Amino acid sequence: MFSFSPDRSQYPQPGPDGKVEVDLETGKYLKLWHGPNHPGITGNMSVELTVCGDEVVEGKTHVGYLHRGFEKLMERRTFIQVFPIVCRVCVPEPDFNEYCYAAAVEELAGIEVPEMATWIRTLILEMGRFNSYMMAMGGISGALGLGVVGQWMTYTRDLMLDRFEELTGARIYHMFILPGGVRAHLPEGFEGRMEEVLSTAERYLADAEKLMFHSSVFKTRTQGVGYIDPALFERYGVTGPNARAGGVAKDVRKDSPYLVYDQLDFTVHTEEASDIYARTMVRFKDLHETIQLIRQILKKMPKEGPVMGNLPNVLHWKIPRGETYIKGESSRGEYGYYLVTDGTGYPRRINVRGPSYTHAMALLEHLISGTNISDVAALMVSLHTYPPEIER
Amino acid sequence: MRELLYRLKDRYHFGTPTFQRDDLCFVTVKRSELRAILTELRDVEGFTHLTLLTAVDWIEEQQFQLTYMINNREANLTLALRVMLDREDATGDTIHDLWPTAATYQRELREMFGINFPGSPRVDEEFILEGWTDLPPYRRDFDTLAYSQQTYHDRPGRETHDPKTHMQKVLYADYPKGAK
Repeated sequence: MFSFSPDRSQYPQPGPDGKVEVDLETGKYLKLWHGPNHPGITGNMSVELTVCGDEVVEGKTHVGYLHRGFEKLMERRTFIQVFPIVCRVCVPEPDFNEYCYAAAVEELAGIEVPEMATWIRTLILEMGRFNSYMMAMGGISGALGLGVVGQWMTYTRDLMLDRFEELTGARIYHMFILPGGVRAHLPEGFEGRMEEVLSTAERYLADAEKLMFHSSVFKTRTQGVGYIDPALFERYGVTGPNARAGGVAKDVRKDSPYLVYDQLDFTVHTEEASDIYARTMVRFKDLHETIQLIRQILKKMPKEGPVMGNLPNVLHWKIPRGETYIKGESSRGEYGYYLVTDGTGYPRRINVRGPSYTHAMALLEHLISGTNISDVAALMVSLHTYPPEIER
Repeated sequence: MRELLYRLKDRYHFGTPTFQRDDLCFVTVKRSELRAILTELRDVEGFTHLTLLTAVDWIEEQQFQLTYMINNREANLTLALRVMLDREDATGDTIHDLWPTAATYQRELREMFGINFPGSPRVDEEFILEGWTDLPPYRRDFDTLAYSQQTYHDRPGRETHDPKTHMQKVLYADYPKGAK
């Protein structure tokens, strides 16, 4: 049987502070750019690796390939003009931006949202979570060579995009949740067509489970790899599935329920190992929970009622001076909007708090030291980060 | 939350708190006391999670507002501490030793608002912008329109029309002005 034991006696030893003194002149080290066009990277970012042999000594995250200056742009737009921009902050799960922005404006402007609209908003957020988890499952399997799972997940996500198109008129950027409510009711027969998508997804997920979680290759490459010490969670701002994989049963939907989550029945899944396998498993279980939640919402939601509250004349809409922070549980962790108004018709400041901001910068740079080059892609994808929300 | 602020107010100088919701409060603190307050809230009161650190430019008042938003995950409480800085001497105190993730926020604030945090790791390294020499772009006095007009050029062969007169010409060319 093939066995490979590299001689690591010449490898650099870390000093008392745990860091290796890197001197490129010695010829022992190599700079390697991982990204921005690498299949193991979920978007436009890159990691500057310093490697010794196949071992990563240190890594620095570089962002800025996707900076569009949205936060500045929004300061020059009226409150209603901001609404088509916010969804573009995060491509794979745009609905959280729409919800957080709308809820922040509603809170500061004192606008009531009809009950029907809150149910449709919850449905939209769960559909978005479904898509985002599908991309995450496809990404992690793709990073480990299981390309076929990625194709199944992309296909299933596409079926959900059809439902989005039917409901909102758009596939990716829906612009459906706006201050005051949502744009429309569910179309007729939507429930039945959604059920077809969900049962198809369950069939594919059953196959994906066998191919991923029962595969010895997948287990070997993920178990014990990319471990995050739960003691680091608070220090590095780790939230969402990444924290739940380390045994922290925290979920904003459960802890401070928003929309109609207090009327829904769902479980917050946790794992203990805090490695790549555990993070993937938490996402896999959450995906099933999301499917169950979509069914539950469609069953429990009222069948009629207004979907839009009373908005003032949006062309002359001024919001009194104030500030607020609205958060929600996205597929990657706590997602929040900090909105400051100054009494004029324009926002003074909007700050987007995306979970990737902490996960892909400080945390990734901390975790990447000491890993192997071939594990970097899986580690990055397992943190489930989306660069657009880092640089906005 | 009220009880917590009441307990702390004997030792620290707080401004008038704004209770935005039951679980969210904004309060202004003195810059010199920020570190002590953050440490006490983190280590004693359970506010262990730094949700965000950002700035607001109040150019009319010649001040920057730094917002430190911290969260107690057990009690589900969020407290936002505001620190006002003089716009002319925009320097904050680094808290990367309390939360390592703060270094990223501070690096961004340095680049986008020009607020310095001496001692913060890699604070002078470029974060998002590359080779930027102009005014920090998130300051209110940075003119985005003037910058883009100076930096970029219109594509050759492309005409720019005044929307009002152009639409009048295109849509209602056969009608006298003002007719539908």
